[in-house]
Amino acid sequence: MKENILIIGGGIAGLEAAAQLLKLGYNPIIVEKSDHLGGHVAEWNRLFPDMTPAEDVVSRLIAGAGEANIFLNTGISFVNRLKDSYNIMLSNGISVITRILLFATGFTLFDAAKKEEYGYGVYNQVMTNMDLERWFNTGNDERIPEEGPKTMGFVHCVGSRDEKARNPQCSKVCCITAVKQAIEMKQKFPDAMIYCFYMDLRMFGKKYEDFYISAQRDYGIRFIRGRVSEVSENIEGRLVVKAEDTLSGKPVKVTMDLLVLMAGIVCNPDTCRTAGLVSLPVDSDGFLKSRDNIADITESPKEGIFYAGTCTGPKTVPETLAEARSAALAIHNYIQGLK
Amino acid sequence: MMDFGFKISPSSAINLDNADLSLYDELCKAEPDICKCMACGSCSAACPANRFSGMSVRKLIIDLQRGKKKEAVKMLSDCMLCGKCTMVCPRGINTRHLILSICKLYKED
Repeated sequence: MKENILIIGGGIAGLEAAAQLLKLGYNPIIVEKSDHLGGHVAEWNRLFPDMTPAEDVVSRLIAGAGEANIFLNTGISFVNRLKDSYNIMLSNGISVITRILLFATGFTLFDAAKKEEYGYGVYNQVMTNMDLERWFNTGNDERIPEEGPKTMGFVHCVGSRDEKARNPQCSKVCCITAVKQAIEMKQKFPDAMIYCFYMDLRMFGKKYEDFYISAQRDYGIRFIRGRVSEVSENIEGRLVVKAEDTLSGKPVKVTMDLLVLMAGIVCNPDTCRTAGLVSLPVDSDGFLKSRDNIADITESPKEGIFYAGTCTGPKTVPETLAEARSAALAIHNYIQGLK
Repeated sequence: MMDFGFKISPSSAINLDNADLSLYDELCKAEPDICKCMACGSCSAACPANRFSGMSVRKLIIDLQRGKKKEAVKMLSDCMLCGKCTMVCPRGINTRHLILSICKLYKED
Protein backbone atom coordinates (compact mmCIF):
# COMPACT_ATOMS: atom_id res chain seq x y z
CA MET A 1 0.00 0.00 0.00
CA LYS A 2 1.38 3.35 -1.02
CA GLU A 3 1.79 5.99 1.67
CA ASN A 4 -0.76 8.86 1.57
CA ILE A 5 0.62 12.39 1.49
CA LEU A 6 -1.84 15.25 1.78
CA ILE A 7 -0.91 18.35 -0.23
CA ILE A 8 -2.87 21.47 0.64
CA GLY A 9 -3.06 23.68 -2.44
CA GLY A 10 -3.12 22.79 -6.13
CA GLY A 11 -0.98 25.66 -7.34
CA ILE A 12 2.34 25.18 -9.05
CA ALA A 13 4.08 24.17 -5.80
CA GLY A 14 1.48 21.51 -4.96
CA LEU A 15 1.46 20.13 -8.52
CA GLU A 16 5.24 19.91 -8.80
CA ALA A 17 5.58 18.31 -5.36
CA ALA A 18 2.85 15.79 -6.27
CA ALA A 19 4.66 14.89 -9.51
CA GLN A 20 7.90 14.28 -7.64
CA LEU A 21 6.19 12.26 -4.88
CA LEU A 22 4.49 10.09 -7.51
CA LYS A 23 7.90 9.33 -9.00
CA LEU A 24 9.19 8.43 -5.53
CA GLY A 25 6.37 5.90 -5.15
CA TYR A 26 3.91 7.69 -2.86
CA ASN A 27 0.23 8.48 -3.14
CA PRO A 28 -0.16 12.29 -3.11
CA ILE A 29 -3.62 13.74 -2.52
CA ILE A 30 -4.11 17.36 -3.59
CA VAL A 31 -6.79 19.45 -1.91
CA GLU A 32 -7.57 22.66 -3.79
CA LYS A 33 -10.10 25.23 -2.58
CA SER A 34 -10.78 26.82 -5.98
CA ASP A 35 -12.20 25.20 -9.12
CA HIS A 36 -8.94 25.09 -11.07
CA LEU A 37 -5.38 23.88 -10.71
CA GLY A 38 -2.32 26.06 -11.19
CA GLY A 39 -3.23 28.80 -8.71
CA HIS A 40 -2.21 32.34 -9.59
CA VAL A 41 0.06 31.23 -12.42
CA ALA A 42 -2.96 29.77 -14.24
CA GLU A 43 -4.41 33.28 -14.38
CA TRP A 44 -1.19 34.84 -15.65
CA ASN A 45 -0.42 35.36 -19.32
CA ARG A 46 3.32 35.21 -19.88
CA LEU A 47 6.20 34.69 -17.47
CA PHE A 48 9.55 36.48 -17.23
CA PRO A 49 12.34 36.22 -18.22
CA ASP A 50 11.67 34.36 -21.49
CA MET A 51 8.00 35.32 -21.97
CA THR A 52 7.00 31.67 -21.60
CA PRO A 53 3.21 31.28 -21.80
CA ALA A 54 1.97 30.56 -18.27
CA GLU A 55 -0.55 28.13 -19.78
CA ASP A 56 2.26 25.88 -21.03
CA VAL A 57 3.93 25.78 -17.62
CA VAL A 58 0.68 24.96 -15.85
CA SER A 59 -0.46 22.30 -18.32
CA ARG A 60 2.93 20.60 -18.11
CA LEU A 61 2.67 20.56 -14.30
CA ILE A 62 -0.91 19.25 -14.38
CA ALA A 63 0.17 16.46 -16.74
CA GLY A 64 3.00 15.55 -14.35
CA ALA A 65 0.63 15.28 -11.40
CA GLY A 66 -2.07 13.48 -13.42
CA GLU A 67 -1.94 10.27 -11.36
CA ALA A 68 -2.46 12.04 -8.05
CA ASN A 69 -5.82 12.17 -6.30
CA ILE A 70 -7.12 15.68 -6.79
CA PHE A 71 -10.08 17.27 -5.01
CA LEU A 72 -11.17 20.65 -6.38
CA ASN A 73 -13.49 23.07 -4.55
CA THR A 74 -12.47 21.41 -1.32
CA GLY A 75 -11.19 22.80 1.94
CA ILE A 76 -10.07 21.30 5.21
CA SER A 77 -12.75 21.17 7.88
CA PHE A 78 -10.72 19.92 10.80
CA VAL A 79 -7.66 17.92 11.74
CA ASN A 80 -7.35 15.29 14.47
CA ARG A 81 -3.92 14.49 15.75
CA LEU A 82 -3.54 10.72 16.14
CA LYS A 83 -0.59 9.01 17.79
CA ASP A 84 1.79 9.19 14.84
CA SER A 85 -0.44 10.53 12.09
CA TYR A 86 -3.17 13.04 11.25
CA ASN A 87 -6.81 12.33 10.51
CA ILE A 88 -7.94 15.08 8.16
CA MET A 89 -11.58 15.75 7.44
CA LEU A 90 -12.17 17.44 4.08
CA SER A 91 -15.14 19.70 3.37
CA ASN A 92 -16.51 17.13 0.88
CA GLY A 93 -16.93 14.58 3.66
CA ILE A 94 -13.89 12.46 2.84
CA SER A 95 -11.43 11.78 5.62
CA VAL A 96 -7.75 11.08 5.00
CA ILE A 97 -5.27 9.49 7.35
CA THR A 98 -1.72 10.56 6.63
CA ARG A 99 1.61 10.92 8.38
CA ILE A 100 2.65 13.76 6.08
CA LEU A 101 1.06 17.14 5.41
CA LEU A 102 2.51 19.45 2.77
CA PHE A 103 1.45 23.09 2.90
CA ALA A 104 1.52 24.52 -0.62
CA THR A 105 -1.09 27.13 0.16
CA GLY A 106 0.51 30.06 -1.61
CA PHE A 107 -0.33 33.72 -1.24
CA THR A 108 -3.07 36.22 -1.91
CA LEU A 109 -2.58 39.43 -3.83
CA PHE A 110 -2.73 42.58 -1.70
CA ASP A 111 -6.15 44.24 -1.92
CA ALA A 112 -5.23 47.44 -3.78
CA ALA A 113 -8.47 49.14 -2.71
CA LYS A 114 -6.97 49.40 0.79
CA LYS A 115 -4.58 52.07 -0.53
CA GLU A 116 -7.39 54.54 -1.03
CA GLU A 117 -5.08 57.31 -2.22
CA TYR A 118 -4.39 55.31 -5.42
CA GLY A 119 -8.07 55.21 -6.31
CA TYR A 120 -8.51 51.51 -7.13
CA GLY A 121 -12.25 50.95 -7.30
CA VAL A 122 -12.78 54.73 -7.26
CA TYR A 123 -11.54 55.82 -10.69
CA ASN A 124 -12.30 53.92 -13.89
CA GLN A 125 -8.76 53.89 -15.20
CA VAL A 126 -7.00 52.31 -12.24
CA MET A 127 -6.30 48.57 -12.36
CA THR A 128 -3.95 46.03 -10.77
CA ASN A 129 -1.21 43.85 -12.23
CA MET A 130 -3.64 40.90 -12.00
CA ASP A 131 -6.34 42.79 -13.96
CA LEU A 132 -3.79 43.59 -16.65
CA GLU A 133 -2.69 39.94 -16.97
CA ARG A 134 -6.32 38.95 -17.24
CA TRP A 135 -6.73 41.49 -20.03
CA PHE A 136 -3.67 40.01 -21.79
CA ASN A 137 -5.48 36.65 -21.61
CA THR A 138 -9.01 37.69 -22.47
CA GLY A 139 -8.67 41.07 -24.21
CA ASN A 140 -11.69 42.06 -22.23
CA ASP A 141 -11.51 45.07 -19.91
CA GLU A 142 -13.38 48.32 -20.33
CA ARG A 143 -10.70 50.22 -18.40
CA ILE A 144 -8.33 49.91 -21.36
CA PRO A 145 -9.37 52.07 -24.33
CA GLU A 146 -9.41 50.28 -27.69
CA GLU A 147 -6.94 52.67 -29.31
CA GLY A 148 -4.68 52.22 -26.29
CA PRO A 149 -3.70 54.66 -23.58
CA LYS A 150 -1.80 57.77 -24.65
CA THR A 151 0.02 57.87 -21.35
CA MET A 152 0.06 55.19 -18.70
CA GLY A 153 1.94 54.38 -15.52
CA PHE A 154 2.93 51.55 -13.23
CA VAL A 155 3.07 52.08 -9.48
CA HIS A 156 5.53 49.74 -7.80
CA CYS A 157 5.28 48.54 -4.19
CA VAL A 158 1.51 48.79 -3.68
CA GLY A 159 1.00 47.09 -0.35
CA SER A 160 4.62 45.96 -0.23
CA ARG A 161 7.27 47.63 1.90
CA ASP A 162 4.37 49.39 3.50
CA GLU A 163 4.11 49.31 7.27
CA LYS A 164 0.79 51.13 7.17
CA ALA A 165 -0.63 48.20 5.21
CA ARG A 166 1.02 45.92 7.79
CA ASN A 167 3.07 44.39 5.04
CA PRO A 168 6.66 45.52 5.47
CA GLN A 169 8.34 42.89 3.28
CA CYS A 170 9.34 43.23 -0.36
CA SER A 171 7.16 41.13 -2.65
CA LYS A 172 10.16 40.35 -4.81
CA VAL A 173 8.41 39.76 -8.14
CA CYS A 174 6.57 43.06 -8.77
CA CYS A 175 9.63 45.03 -9.98
CA ILE A 176 10.29 42.62 -12.80
CA THR A 177 6.56 42.07 -13.42
CA ALA A 178 6.06 45.82 -13.88
CA VAL A 179 8.96 45.99 -16.33
CA LYS A 180 7.58 42.95 -18.18
CA GLN A 181 4.08 44.39 -18.36
CA ALA A 182 5.40 47.80 -19.41
CA ILE A 183 7.27 46.17 -22.30
CA GLU A 184 4.19 44.16 -23.27
CA MET A 185 2.04 47.30 -23.27
CA LYS A 186 4.61 49.14 -25.36
CA GLN A 187 4.62 46.24 -27.84
CA LYS A 188 0.85 46.49 -28.14
CA PHE A 189 0.71 50.29 -28.16
CA PRO A 190 4.05 51.63 -29.51
CA ASP A 191 2.87 55.25 -29.29
CA ALA A 192 2.01 55.09 -25.60
CA MET A 193 4.17 56.95 -23.12
CA ILE A 194 4.84 54.63 -20.20
CA TYR A 195 6.11 55.60 -16.75
CA CYS A 196 7.22 53.40 -13.85
CA PHE A 197 7.16 54.93 -10.37
CA TYR A 198 9.56 53.03 -8.15
CA MET A 199 11.34 53.33 -4.81
CA ASP A 200 14.08 50.81 -5.58
CA LEU A 201 14.29 48.46 -8.53
CA ARG A 202 15.27 45.02 -7.33
CA MET A 203 16.48 43.18 -10.40
CA PHE A 204 18.03 40.19 -8.65
CA GLY A 205 17.17 37.25 -10.88
CA LYS A 206 18.46 35.66 -14.03
CA LYS A 207 18.19 38.09 -16.96
CA TYR A 208 16.15 40.65 -14.96
CA GLU A 209 18.76 43.33 -15.48
CA ASP A 210 18.68 42.67 -19.25
CA PHE A 211 14.93 43.19 -19.13
CA TYR A 212 15.37 46.49 -17.33
CA ILE A 213 17.99 47.75 -19.76
CA SER A 214 15.83 46.69 -22.69
CA ALA A 215 12.85 48.55 -21.22
CA GLN A 216 14.92 51.72 -21.03
CA ARG A 217 16.88 51.41 -24.26
CA ASP A 218 14.59 49.56 -26.69
CA TYR A 219 11.17 50.60 -25.41
CA GLY A 220 11.81 54.07 -23.99
CA ILE A 221 9.97 53.36 -20.76
CA ARG A 222 10.56 56.18 -18.30
CA PHE A 223 11.52 55.36 -14.75
CA ILE A 224 10.81 57.91 -12.03
CA ARG A 225 12.27 57.36 -8.59
CA GLY A 226 9.48 58.36 -6.28
CA ARG A 227 6.50 56.82 -4.62
CA VAL A 228 3.12 58.01 -5.91
CA SER A 229 1.48 59.99 -3.16
CA GLU A 230 -1.97 60.48 -4.61
CA VAL A 231 -4.11 59.96 -7.67
CA SER A 232 -7.04 62.16 -8.63
CA GLU A 233 -9.25 62.78 -11.61
CA ASN A 234 -9.30 65.96 -13.69
CA ILE A 235 -12.26 67.63 -15.36
CA GLU A 236 -11.85 65.51 -18.52
CA GLY A 237 -11.95 62.32 -16.49
CA ARG A 238 -8.23 61.58 -16.92
CA LEU A 239 -6.03 60.60 -14.01
CA VAL A 240 -3.65 63.05 -12.38
CA VAL A 241 -0.79 61.21 -10.71
CA LYS A 242 1.44 63.02 -8.23
CA ALA A 243 4.81 61.96 -6.91
CA GLU A 244 8.17 63.43 -6.10
CA ASP A 245 10.96 62.87 -8.56
CA THR A 246 13.45 62.29 -5.76
CA LEU A 247 16.41 62.37 -8.13
CA SER A 248 15.74 65.94 -9.18
CA GLY A 249 14.10 66.81 -5.87
CA LYS A 250 11.04 68.29 -7.59
CA PRO A 251 7.39 67.31 -7.43
CA VAL A 252 6.10 65.71 -10.62
CA LYS A 253 2.57 65.58 -11.97
CA VAL A 254 1.51 63.44 -14.94
CA THR A 255 -1.89 63.11 -16.58
CA MET A 256 -2.67 59.56 -17.61
CA ASP A 257 -5.28 57.35 -19.22
CA LEU A 258 -4.36 54.21 -17.34
CA LEU A 259 -2.62 53.39 -14.07
CA VAL A 260 -1.55 49.88 -13.08
CA LEU A 261 -0.96 49.18 -9.39
CA MET A 262 1.60 46.46 -8.67
CA ALA A 263 -0.23 44.76 -5.83
CA GLY A 264 2.15 42.80 -3.65
CA ILE A 265 2.23 39.29 -2.22
CA VAL A 266 0.63 38.86 1.20
CA CYS A 267 0.08 35.76 3.27
CA ASN A 268 -3.08 33.90 2.39
CA PRO A 269 -5.58 34.28 5.28
CA ASP A 270 -6.89 30.75 4.54
CA THR A 271 -3.34 29.49 5.07
CA CYS A 272 -3.28 31.00 8.54
CA ARG A 273 -6.62 29.39 9.34
CA THR A 274 -5.49 25.94 8.18
CA ALA A 275 -2.13 26.40 9.91
CA GLY A 276 -4.06 27.20 13.08
CA LEU A 277 -5.76 23.77 12.91
CA VAL A 278 -2.38 22.09 13.44
CA SER A 279 -0.95 24.95 15.58
CA LEU A 280 1.77 25.97 13.15
CA PRO A 281 3.69 29.10 14.12
CA VAL A 282 3.70 32.24 11.99
CA ASP A 283 6.97 34.09 11.37
CA SER A 284 7.44 37.80 12.11
CA ASP A 285 6.67 38.67 8.48
CA GLY A 286 3.22 37.07 8.66
CA PHE A 287 4.11 34.00 6.58
CA LEU A 288 4.44 30.45 7.93
CA LYS A 289 7.52 29.84 10.03
CA SER A 290 10.10 27.32 8.83
CA ARG A 291 12.24 25.27 11.18
CA ASP A 292 15.20 27.27 9.92
CA ASN A 293 15.12 30.07 7.39
CA ILE A 294 18.43 29.03 5.85
CA ALA A 295 18.86 25.27 6.19
CA ASP A 296 15.30 23.94 6.56
CA ILE A 297 12.93 26.22 4.66
CA THR A 298 10.67 23.36 3.58
CA GLU A 299 10.31 21.91 7.07
CA SER A 300 7.94 23.19 9.74
CA PRO A 301 8.79 22.97 13.43
CA LYS A 302 6.12 20.22 13.67
CA GLU A 303 6.78 16.55 12.92
CA GLY A 304 5.53 15.45 9.51
CA ILE A 305 4.48 18.91 8.29
CA PHE A 306 6.29 20.41 5.33
CA TYR A 307 6.11 23.60 3.25
CA ALA A 308 6.55 24.40 -0.42
CA GLY A 309 6.27 27.70 -2.25
CA THR A 310 4.95 31.09 -1.22
CA CYS A 311 3.29 30.06 2.04
CA THR A 312 6.67 30.88 3.62
CA GLY A 313 7.24 34.17 1.77
CA PRO A 314 7.24 35.78 -1.68
CA LYS A 315 8.93 33.69 -4.38
CA THR A 316 9.31 33.56 -8.14
CA VAL A 317 7.97 30.66 -10.23
CA PRO A 318 11.33 28.87 -10.64
CA GLU A 319 12.07 29.30 -6.93
CA THR A 320 8.69 27.82 -6.05
CA LEU A 321 9.22 24.83 -8.32
CA ALA A 322 12.70 24.22 -6.93
CA GLU A 323 11.29 24.38 -3.43
CA ALA A 324 8.51 21.93 -4.29
CA ARG A 325 11.10 19.42 -5.50
CA SER A 326 13.18 19.99 -2.41
CA ALA A 327 10.10 19.49 -0.19
CA ALA A 328 9.34 16.19 -1.95
CA LEU A 329 12.85 15.00 -1.24
CA ALA A 330 12.65 16.17 2.37
CA ILE A 331 9.40 14.19 2.75
CA HIS A 332 11.01 11.11 1.18
CA ASN A 333 13.98 11.32 3.56
CA TYR A 334 11.64 11.82 6.51
CA ILE A 335 9.58 8.72 5.63
CA GLN A 336 12.73 6.65 5.10
CA GLY A 337 13.88 7.71 8.56
CA LEU A 338 10.62 6.51 10.13
CA LYS A 339 11.11 2.94 8.94
CA MET B 1 45.01 87.56 2.44
CA MET B 2 46.23 88.87 -0.87
CA ASP B 3 43.52 90.11 -3.20
CA PHE B 4 43.92 88.43 -6.57
CA GLY B 5 40.70 89.95 -7.90
CA PHE B 6 39.01 86.55 -7.80
CA LYS B 7 38.43 83.91 -5.19
CA ILE B 8 37.86 80.19 -5.08
CA SER B 9 34.26 79.36 -4.33
CA PRO B 10 33.81 77.04 -1.38
CA SER B 11 33.53 73.36 -2.21
CA SER B 12 30.02 72.02 -2.45
CA ALA B 13 31.19 68.53 -1.53
CA ILE B 14 29.89 67.09 1.71
CA ASN B 15 32.81 66.22 3.93
CA LEU B 16 31.55 63.61 6.35
CA ASP B 17 34.82 63.76 8.31
CA ASN B 18 33.95 67.26 9.49
CA ALA B 19 30.18 66.81 9.80
CA ASP B 20 29.00 67.46 13.35
CA LEU B 21 26.31 64.84 13.95
CA SER B 22 26.01 65.19 17.73
CA LEU B 23 22.62 66.90 17.45
CA TYR B 24 21.49 64.32 14.92
CA ASP B 25 22.43 61.50 17.30
CA GLU B 26 20.37 63.20 19.98
CA LEU B 27 17.47 63.49 17.54
CA CYS B 28 17.76 59.76 16.75
CA LYS B 29 17.30 59.00 20.43
CA ALA B 30 14.20 61.19 20.64
CA GLU B 31 12.84 60.04 17.25
CA PRO B 32 14.19 56.56 16.47
CA ASP B 33 11.82 56.32 13.49
CA ILE B 34 13.95 58.80 11.55
CA CYS B 35 16.33 55.93 10.70
CA LYS B 36 13.49 54.13 8.91
CA CYS B 37 13.28 56.71 6.10
CA MET B 38 13.99 55.16 2.70
CA ALA B 39 13.80 58.45 0.78
CA CYS B 40 10.81 57.41 -1.34
CA GLY B 41 9.60 61.02 -1.61
CA SER B 42 5.96 60.41 -0.69
CA CYS B 43 6.13 63.19 1.90
CA SER B 44 7.47 65.74 -0.57
CA ALA B 45 4.95 64.78 -3.23
CA ALA B 46 2.07 65.18 -0.79
CA CYS B 47 3.42 68.42 0.73
CA PRO B 48 1.32 71.47 -0.20
CA ALA B 49 4.26 73.79 0.55
CA ASN B 50 6.74 71.84 -1.57
CA ARG B 51 6.02 73.42 -4.93
CA PHE B 52 6.17 76.95 -3.53
CA SER B 53 9.02 76.80 -1.06
CA GLY B 54 10.78 73.51 -1.74
CA MET B 55 9.86 72.14 1.68
CA SER B 56 10.63 68.44 1.76
CA VAL B 57 10.88 66.10 4.74
CA ARG B 58 12.97 63.71 2.65
CA LYS B 59 15.55 66.46 1.98
CA LEU B 60 15.32 67.65 5.58
CA ILE B 61 16.27 64.21 6.88
CA ILE B 62 19.11 63.84 4.35
CA ASP B 63 20.45 67.31 5.26
CA LEU B 64 20.48 66.41 8.95
CA GLN B 65 22.20 63.09 8.24
CA ARG B 66 24.87 64.91 6.25
CA GLY B 67 25.40 67.53 8.96
CA LYS B 68 23.94 70.38 6.85
CA LYS B 69 22.23 72.03 9.80
CA LYS B 70 21.87 75.50 8.30
CA GLU B 71 19.97 74.26 5.24
CA ALA B 72 17.76 72.07 7.40
CA VAL B 73 16.79 74.78 9.85
CA LYS B 74 16.04 77.17 6.98
CA MET B 75 13.66 74.63 5.51
CA LEU B 76 11.78 74.18 8.79
CA SER B 77 10.28 77.66 8.54
CA ASP B 78 8.48 76.61 5.34
CA CYS B 79 6.50 73.83 7.02
CA MET B 80 2.85 74.53 7.84
CA LEU B 81 2.52 71.43 10.05
CA CYS B 82 -0.49 70.22 8.10
CA GLY B 83 0.53 66.57 8.61
CA LYS B 84 -0.17 65.31 5.07
CA CYS B 85 3.31 63.78 4.99
CA THR B 86 2.49 61.68 8.03
CA MET B 87 -0.57 60.29 6.30
CA VAL B 88 1.31 59.06 3.21
CA CYS B 89 4.54 57.75 4.76
CA PRO B 90 4.75 54.02 3.92
CA ARG B 91 7.10 53.38 6.81
CA GLY B 92 4.66 54.89 9.29
CA ILE B 93 7.00 57.65 10.47
CA ASN B 94 5.19 60.38 12.38
CA THR B 95 6.82 63.09 10.29
CA ARG B 96 4.82 65.91 11.85
CA HIS B 97 6.03 64.96 15.30
CA LEU B 98 9.51 64.56 13.88
CA ILE B 99 9.48 68.11 12.53
CA LEU B 100 8.43 69.44 15.94
CA SER B 101 11.27 67.51 17.61
CA ILE B 102 13.74 68.89 15.07
CA CYS B 103 12.47 72.40 15.82
CA LYS B 104 13.01 71.85 19.54
CA LEU B 105 16.54 70.49 19.14
CA TYR B 106 17.93 72.60 16.32
CA LYS B 107 16.20 75.95 16.68
CA GLU B 108 17.81 76.74 20.04
CA ASP B 109 21.12 77.62 18.41
